Amino acid sequence: MLSTFLFWFLSVIAIAAAIGTITARNPVFSALSLVLNFFALAGLYLTLQAEFIAVIQVIVYAGAIMVLFLFVIMLLNLGSDSKDAIASKLQMGLAIIAGGGFVLMMTRIFMIQLEPNKKQSVLMNGKVEKIGEWLLKDYVFPFEIISVILLASLVGAILIAKKYKAH
Amino acid sequence: MKILNVIPPASVQQFFERITQFLGYDFIPGTVLSVLIPIGFIAIYALLAVYVERKVSAFIQDRVGPIEVGPYGLLQTIADITKLLTKEDIVPKNADKVLFTAGPIVIFSAVFAGWAALPFSPAFLGSAVTVGVFYIMAIVSIDVVGVLMAGWGQNNKYALYGAIRAVAQIISYEIPAGLAILTAVVASGSLNLQEISYQQGILSKEPIYLFGIKALGDVRHIGGIITWNILQSPILILAYVIYFIASLAECNRAPFDIPEGESELVAGFHVEYGGFKFAVVFLAEYAMMFIVGTIAAVMFLGGWNTILPNIGPVKLADWTTGPIWGAFWILSKTLFAIFVHIWIRWTLPRLRADQLMNLCWKVLTPAAFICLIVATLWKMLSL
Repeated sequence: MLSTFLFWFLSVIAIAAAIGTITARNPVFSALSLVLNFFALAGLYLTLQAEFIAVIQVIVYAGAIMVLFLFVIMLLNLGSDSKDAIASKLQMGLAIIAGGGFVLMMTRIFMIQLEPNKKQSVLMNGKVEKIGEWLLKDYVFPFEIISVILLASLVGAILIAKKYKAH
Repeated sequence: MKILNVIPPASVQQFFERITQFLGYDFIPGTVLSVLIPIGFIAIYALLAVYVERKVSAFIQDRVGPIEVGPYGLLQTIADITKLLTKEDIVPKNADKVLFTAGPIVIFSAVFAGWAALPFSPAFLGSAVTVGVFYIMAIVSIDVVGVLMAGWGQNNKYALYGAIRAVAQIISYEIPAGLAILTAVVASGSLNLQEISYQQGILSKEPIYLFGIKALGDVRHIGGIITWNILQSPILILAYVIYFIASLAECNRAPFDIPEGESELVAGFHVEYGGFKFAVVFLAEYAMMFIVGTIAAVMFLGGWNTILPNIGPVKLADWTTGPIWGAFWILSKTLFAIFVHIWIRWTLPRLRADQLMNLCWKVLTPAAFICLIVATLWKMLSL
């Protein structure tokens, strides 16, 4: 009863916030809706017993990334998008491709039928010990590759931000 | 669907039973109590903490502080709160009405949600979430979103500068604070706050070695301060100091109070707030101090374990361990940490914004990384 209620409650919030993100004229409201959406998603992870993923969702997306987004939006003092933006043909074409890809992905996801014992194993995999074991044993190579990619982008960001003195 | 019967319930218990039936879950006793107890506690604690803050500041500045209202001025805070609550609720004309109201709500809810997982005694715990300490860090960091909402919603340049400073400061200091906590997590091998507490006293199921050195033998039967985390690995003392400094900055307390520095920004991110909304922001600051104090107590200072060790036949640790004693110890540790926060606030001058960032990124963060690496190596080598 309670879990069904929570599921519908959080789903409605997540979808409404997602719609708010793309329709809000003011970038601040757009970013705040996205924070709400991440929060509702974290709540949905919690109803699936995936505590670690839920907390990571909050700390990384809602707490760190979105705060930086908001920070930049407020620092630059971006105004509302008052003009009715007209999409160019290229943008429309790209939007159709992206939308088609999304529909394909969603149909594929809806086709997956989990067996009961598999569901159980999915639940167990939300545990922090299990995730740590996987990252540092079975998937250590992709994990290290990701860390190198992140490091490279960090170095890139510093290089762009750094001011060089004229020789 | 069997919604609550129309016939009025015969007793309070029957009333609860019906709601329980309706929700199909022991919703009322557990959920409602675990909300009401902390919220009542925060209100009373904040009243006392404000009084202590004023008295301590008065003694430090060689004044007498509040003395007029009640004996020793004890009722001064109640008078202040009454004034705040009865004030007219003013929303500035050019403010964003939604964000102006939502800001304080988000700030307080984020901090209050952190209270859900604090282990107050071996017998009392809101939620036994397995990633407890991680959960508290995550949910408390949402406080920043509320600060930004409030700062931007007021449409005031001091408020916006205050909010931007607050965010720059808090997200910077979360890194050394998180790494220092991680050091303690490495030493204790768990993210569950209750489990971490159990591992630091005579109730521990696993042997405890002083400084993690096996040659010194199992000290579990001695208990007291010797079994606290801070003495289970030599580097944890440094990690504790780092966490303490970073937690001062996370609470926006002096010497890290640049987001609300009176001489520069009037009152920073809450400059336009008055009345009840200001009271909520104020309450959140004190609730936050309590959370960081409790986390420091649990991660480093033994949680609800006693400070007194067993000395031969004088079983001080055995005598002072139990549910009630647990609550007493953790509260005294936390309140002492808050006292030190207040003491520091009225003793040290404020840091400049660039000095603050220098301290965080060039001193505390590298030191916290060193702590983490040394603690991990220490744990691996002593196994």
